[in-house]
Amino acid sequence: MNTRDFLLLMLALGAVTYLPRMLPLVVLSRRALPGWFAEWLELIPAAILSALIAPTLFAYSDPRMFSLGKVELLAALPTLFIAFKTRSLAGTVIVGMLCYWGLCRVM
Amino acid sequence: MMKSDATETIGNDVIKAGLAAAWPICLGYFPIGLSLGVLAQKGGLAPWQMAAMSILIFAGGSQFITVAMLGAAASPLAIISTVFMVNLRHLLMSSALAVHFPNVSRRFLTLFAYGITDESFAVNLTRFNQGGWNRYSALTLNHAANATWVTSTVLGVYIGQLVPPGAAGVDYALTGMFICLLVFQLRGHIFIITALIAATCSLLAYLWLPGNAYVIVASCSAATAGLILKRTLRKRESTR
Repeated sequence: MNTRDFLLLMLALGAVTYLPRMLPLVVLSRRALPGWFAEWLELIPAAILSALIAPTLFAYSDPRMFSLGKVELLAALPTLFIAFKTRSLAGTVIVGMLCYWGLCRVM
Repeated sequence: MMKSDATETIGNDVIKAGLAAAWPICLGYFPIGLSLGVLAQKGGLAPWQMAAMSILIFAGGSQFITVAMLGAAASPLAIISTVFMVNLRHLLMSSALAVHFPNVSRRFLTLFAYGITDESFAVNLTRFNQGGWNRYSALTLNHAANATWVTSTVLGVYIGQLVPPGAAGVDYALTGMFICLLVFQLRGHIFIITALIAATCSLLAYLWLPGNAYVIVASCSAATAGLILKRTLRKRESTR
């Protein structure tokens, strides 16, 4: 692929990445949302975060396969505990990393 | 005219607050960026091409897919449509952030939108919900994450192979961060139920559907189920 084609492809990919990020922000920030939609959006962050984490903890990626024995899941238990107890992002990230690192070494 | 308050001004402390909040993201991006750089180098991309890709796209999953599809000599149209599908979840994140930017200039929003990733979305939204989060701190966080991403991906093209994988558990930084941010979001029964439904749906969709549709499928169904449940319970309360 030559330089021009590569840059054109990157520009196109940039556009399809940027537009979903930009359009709702610019359009929705200027109007009052209907009640049900605002309530729906309130639930979206918890839903997205949970949806992002679940496969990391409960499934292998290649091939995709369910598992209850991943190191990621084991390390998540103390991480979750610390998150609930301390409500500290820094503390939780560090404890999570240490647990994961330790478990990787013994397993 | 509205008087500017603590969340409108910009100064050194505002930038520092943004940088301080960005560190788990930067820590997590670095090894991922390096490994993307290594893959890209093996796929024949030059450092400037990696830089162009990271600046123009700035999305981890999309860039891994792009590098893999370029390596497999996929057609540009196939790459563009796949990346488009993968990024649809940002529609949801952008919508959820919108309520925190009333009467903010279009110029700020078009710049801010560039930096919306899974990670920056999660941290910024949590801070906005806690209150008092300056939007310029949020913007600083986005750009700190972006700078880390561009640097680490380009660095990966040069030196990535020399770094041992899994050093000191950094592979778990983003997972740890997501777990904590999820806990912050669980502000009542309805949120916990929604999160459990989302996890179940996401896992099922991940196992049964190809590609990355699982995030958007799971979060839309879970939020809808949560909303229906909430409204049903409220109706029952009021008719009692």
